[in-house]
Amino acid sequence: MPKIIINGKEIEFEKGMTVLQACELADVEIPRFCYHEKLSIAGNCRMCLVELEKSPKPIASCAMPAAEGMNIKTNTHLVEKARKGVMEFLLANHPLDCPVCDQGGECDLQDQSMYYGVDKSRFIENKRQVKEKYMGPLIKTQMTRCIHCTRCVRFATEVAGVPEIGAIGRGENMEITTYLEKAMESELSANVIDLCPVGALTSKPYAFEARPWELKKTESIDVMDAVGSNIRIDTYNWEVKRILPRLNNDINEEWISDKTRYSCDGLLKQRLDVPYIKKDNKLQKSNWDEAITLLADKIQSINPNEIGGHIGDMVNMENALSFKKLFATLKSKNLEFREKKFYINSSEKINYIFNSSIKGIEESDLILLIGSNPRHEATMLNARIRKTFVKKRIPIFSIGDPGELTYDYTVIGNTTDDLKKILSNGHEFSKKLSSSNKPIIIIGESALELESGQYIVEEVKNFLKKNNFISKEWNAFNFLAQNASTVGLIDLKVLSKEDEEKNSFFEKLNKNQFKLLYLLGSDNLDIKKDNEFIVYQGSHGDRGAEIADLVLPSAAFTEQNGLFENLEGRVQESKKASYPIGEALEDWKIFNLILKKLGKFNDLSKFDSLRKEVLNLIPNFTKLNELPNFEEAQEVNTSSEFISESVNIKNLDYFYTNSISRASKTMSECRQIKQKLRKTGT
Amino acid sequence: MTLKKIHDDQPKEFKFSSENFKKAEEILKRYPAENKKSAVMPFLYLAQKQNSNWIPLAAMKYIANFLSMPYISVYEVATFYTMYNLAPVGKYFVQVCTTTPCLIRGADKIVRLCKEKISPNENELSKEGSCSWMEVECLGACVNAPMIQINDNYYEDLDEKSTKEVLESLIKDKPLKPGSFRGRKNTAPEKKQITNGEKHA
Amino acid sequence: MEKNMLKPENKIFKNLYNQLGWEIDHAIKRDDWKDTKNIISKGREWIINEVKTSELRGRGGAGFSTGLKWSFAPKEVGSRPHYLVINADESEPGTCKDRDILRFEPQKLIEGCLIAGYAVNAHICYIYIRGEYFNEGRRLQEAIDQAYEKNFLGKNACSSGWDFDIHIHYGAGAYICGEETALLESIEGNKGQPRLKPPFPALVGLYGCPTIVNNVETIAVVPTILRRGGKWFASIGKPKNTGTKIFCISGNVNSPCNVEEEMGIPLKELIDKHAGGVVGGWENLQAVIPGGSSMPLLPKKICDTITMDFDSLIENKSGLGTAGIVVINKDQDIIACMARIARFYKHESCGQCTPCREGAGWMWRILDRVVKRKATFSDIDLLSDVTKQIEGHTICAFGEGSAWPVQGLLRHFRKEIDSRCRDEPLIKKRTNNPYLVDQHLLENKNA
Ligand SMILES: Cc1cc2nc3c(=O)[nH]c(=O)nc-3n(C[C@H](O)[C@H](O)[C@H](O)COP(=O)(O)O)c2cc1C
Ligand code: SF4
Ligand code: FES
Repeated sequence: MPKIIINGKEIEFEKGMTVLQACELADVEIPRFCYHEKLSIAGNCRMCLVELEKSPKPIASCAMPAAEGMNIKTNTHLVEKARKGVMEFLLANHPLDCPVCDQGGECDLQDQSMYYGVDKSRFIENKRQVKEKYMGPLIKTQMTRCIHCTRCVRFATEVAGVPEIGAIGRGENMEITTYLEKAMESELSANVIDLCPVGALTSKPYAFEARPWELKKTESIDVMDAVGSNIRIDTYNWEVKRILPRLNNDINEEWISDKTRYSCDGLLKQRLDVPYIKKDNKLQKSNWDEAITLLADKIQSINPNEIGGHIGDMVNMENALSFKKLFATLKSKNLEFREKKFYINSSEKINYIFNSSIKGIEESDLILLIGSNPRHEATMLNARIRKTFVKKRIPIFSIGDPGELTYDYTVIGNTTDDLKKILSNGHEFSKKLSSSNKPIIIIGESALELESGQYIVEEVKNFLKKNNFISKEWNAFNFLAQNASTVGLIDLKVLSKEDEEKNSFFEKLNKNQFKLLYLLGSDNLDIKKDNEFIVYQGSHGDRGAEIADLVLPSAAFTEQNGLFENLEGRVQESKKASYPIGEALEDWKIFNLILKKLGKFNDLSKFDSLRKEVLNLIPNFTKLNELPNFEEAQEVNTSSEFISESVNIKNLDYFYTNSISRASKTMSECRQIKQKLRKTGT
Repeated sequence: MTLKKIHDDQPKEFKFSSENFKKAEEILKRYPAENKKSAVMPFLYLAQKQNSNWIPLAAMKYIANFLSMPYISVYEVATFYTMYNLAPVGKYFVQVCTTTPCLIRGADKIVRLCKEKISPNENELSKEGSCSWMEVECLGACVNAPMIQINDNYYEDLDEKSTKEVLESLIKDKPLKPGSFRGRKNTAPEKKQITNGEKHA
Repeated sequence: MEKNMLKPENKIFKNLYNQLGWEIDHAIKRDDWKDTKNIISKGREWIINEVKTSELRGRGGAGFSTGLKWSFAPKEVGSRPHYLVINADESEPGTCKDRDILRFEPQKLIEGCLIAGYAVNAHICYIYIRGEYFNEGRRLQEAIDQAYEKNFLGKNACSSGWDFDIHIHYGAGAYICGEETALLESIEGNKGQPRLKPPFPALVGLYGCPTIVNNVETIAVVPTILRRGGKWFASIGKPKNTGTKIFCISGNVNSPCNVEEEMGIPLKELIDKHAGGVVGGWENLQAVIPGGSSMPLLPKKICDTITMDFDSLIENKSGLGTAGIVVINKDQDIIACMARIARFYKHESCGQCTPCREGAGWMWRILDRVVKRKATFSDIDLLSDVTKQIEGHTICAFGEGSAWPVQGLLRHFRKEIDSRCRDEPLIKKRTNNPYLVDQHLLENKNA
């Protein structure tokens, strides 16, 4: 490996590194503003200047490729002066209004001027004033504070794939803006807030809410989709003030979606704080005693076969398991978590996870989407596809038309026939697929909802197996789950067995055969209510509670610990950042209340043992936060039925997918803007 | 006043005239097919010429779509370069060079005359509506200082008297011929002996 | 120390003032396009060597050896084409020489492009002309069309076996586009913001392909050099500062003009012989900017003896730059003159990197206060600091270009500045200086 001397110390570095990266290797800190690991190099702030022996001028270390034998010094008078100079320039026109700036306490400019700057300003001219810009409901701008690092511009163009931010004008009159000041059309837009090193772009919903040092920070997992983005939840007393991304290069890198970040105001609204019972056709406040007594009476008076349970999209695995146990005690098998019937083969794990892994996308050389819109179904995964596309220009294809995805792709068909042709090597695409090295096939829920769902899964798998694309080295078969709870619940076998299909949950639901329907955090199920007694247990007064006869308040995901399995089959822990509101309880505690009332003291659960049991039940489990073990795909002999039908991709109401986002004011603003944009077409 | 602010009164639509469309296609041939974005500057000029010397928003959008560029990139280019006018200018657009070589030879007097004859402020239409003026940086004709540019033409070697005549000719809509106003050949030294100390401009 | 003026037969640009006609037929009479095929047939090596022998240094400002630059172009054409780009952006205050070449000697440039293009393996050449030179560009296009008619350009150009096309690209009012990488960005359809170097354009230039960028004058003298031999060119002027050069003499002279002269000619002789002397006589001279606005000015004392070439000007902490000579006599307020130059740089900064964006305007504001007698003594040190904080810290050489003239002023006219400053700080009587003069984008009805 080549060597470089940094402050007299010789170190080895990897080819392709910049001087700045080499300095980091040597544990030498280089101040910077414009440089960001995940963005292209702009080299415009000039804060990272270092001395290179034999070079008359200091060099910008972020942009200079490290080379064998370079002698770099970062602790000389020259470097110190250069830094002070740049700092003075940056501060010259930067307002000194830290006390009223939301970036205060986490501002790069503030911090670095303490270390590297001068203590007093010599700029006595009037400071530059820049008009504020409108950038939508999420981003508050204060453009006078902008230091023109262009991180936001590069993020929008490179990562988000929506080149909508730019720097107009020139010289000292250069201004950052979106085109004609319209909201950014991206699900990742708010990441520019984290990127902006100063207070030019700050969070609109969080404006003047708190100072960073007042907040309790909890590292947790997002549940808005099945990606399992790593987040940090900042709370002030009970209130979740904001949600920020946490670096995880395997999953979300340094970004999160706007939904992940901004649904949190939905945690304050529409909350269920006491039990409610429907009396005189109106839900009326009640108490636990009355509610549980009512429920126990109902349960005892109904045939277990007529009791159904449905688990929602954001329920953690411990609660789901304890719900399953409750149903076992009640001797009901009518448990389900899908919102619509779609094909799942739960017999082995590779059938229902994203086997190639999110990080693995970067290795792929061809991607085929089948009935999936990853941009809306798994925003961060889509960002990874874009990243790969930008870096390697890999060809991307789709069956079904998902609309704008932030990268170029080709629709190679709209029907299952097209897929059949491909799988029987009768399509021009078949060759491309089989001659690629690391293809990725992504099957979305829209495809599995088709009559041919089984055909699609099993035949694609057979095809890949035949072409040696399902192996320990590379597994091209991927199912894209949409909900945070999906993969975990398949693992916990919360599904009607295939052979019981005829008598399945959905049959009974549609025929109104349930007398008691127990919705655990389930708000997206299509129910035509007849005479059934509906119990809704959850955190929000949303669609489920609306039709319920009995409402039991429980904790939201930020208010309890629990495991979630993301679409890759990675088990991660969501942490308790706050506590349940009012009389609300963790779900498993509520089940205990019911069991007690029913006199089933032996079946009571404890959280720790639930956790242990869950971990034991997960097939192919390795370790928390790690990918599951690979398993060989079994031969499937059952011939699955093929039906010629068109592949329509379900349109998600992106900002309105669950009870939390539906309660969020910010999300509904985003939704309105998007609908307006769609209408006016600008 | 500035020419870089989006004008309030915008035409709804913009399309290249058929003649300009042909020109645009010719322009595209100069650049590699995969780099057609290169044509954005010539296209902005075309649009500006077609639309009485200023570029409306609709034209930027039209060009962006023509070249498959993001709107913001066209907007960036149009605001970066000073020769693109985003608001209307006079039919006779007078640009006065006031950089040092011209300043030394009396550009300030020309500015004063513009204020008198055309309008007190830069980028403001004259009373009869046909002229506007602005100060610009070095136009690259320093040995013919002081000088002004009117639309595409350079008027050089000016003094107060000749400037007055030039500006008045614009207002009368009968512009004088461009070139040197001391009657010399381009940038050649003048043969006539100038007595030391004589005032110029 | 009188030196003989450039002999008429050694003049390269015989039609600098259009005495003889610019059209191709006239140009051919002046020996343009003579033996071009023959020259090219001698091969790349020979051409580059001959240019090296001539010791030609770039006429665009930096004075880099042209032969050496050409030799950086990859010898073999790989998967990417090579480009030749001609820098006709000429926007440096005090400079207007390329303009005359474009309109009166276009065939010299076009022939030079073909030869240089061949030498660096380029089939396509873009000539980047500043937008204000609309008429000059039109003229050049006519000249290019005439060359095509004679088959000097196009397929098998000039029967040399080399295919060669020239396209014109207009700038649109941005001095920074004269910087070679900003120029490439501009051709690519972007804002003219300089690129980070390395990589250098010779390897990664236009559209990511190897690209050689040269000034108009540099290329226009090449055919004559090759016809008359590198040695001939090297015999004119001084060692390492060879050949002839077009000087632009403007400002307080009796007869401002462009003139082709020998490199190394004494400044005084140049002004007296060609430009009719300083207005008010040599004794009335205050200072001279010798090489376009970026080059630090020289006080009269140095002007008395200085010779006009790269190295002696560098010795005197200035530079030949573009050889745009601005003469400033004692009737002028020297600080106001330099403040106006600072304003030019403030206006032309691309805004990409911090020191230039924030520093250029700062220097102008301080100088403006000095002119208005509103500055304090501490402002002078501050001004000096600001120039040093810009110099060497920017992405491109614009930073130096804006800082050097101010440093020159501080170096040579410190007394003058001191006499305008005061002790007590301005703070006490804060005046309402508007921040922006050209209120560029800020105008906001509800601001
Ligand atoms: C700010 C700046 C402006 C420049 N402007 C010009 C210009 O207008 N014309 C020019 O030929 N070179 C200009 N240059 C120099 C070019 O970058 C480049 O060195 C030159 O075109 C190379 O050609 P040459 O080797 O033939 O001189 C400028 C450089 C800088 C830093
Ligand atoms: S708004 Fe923030 S991120 Fe964008 S350029 Fe300005 S300082 Fe950088
Ligand atoms: S971090 Fe290197 S120039 Fe900004």
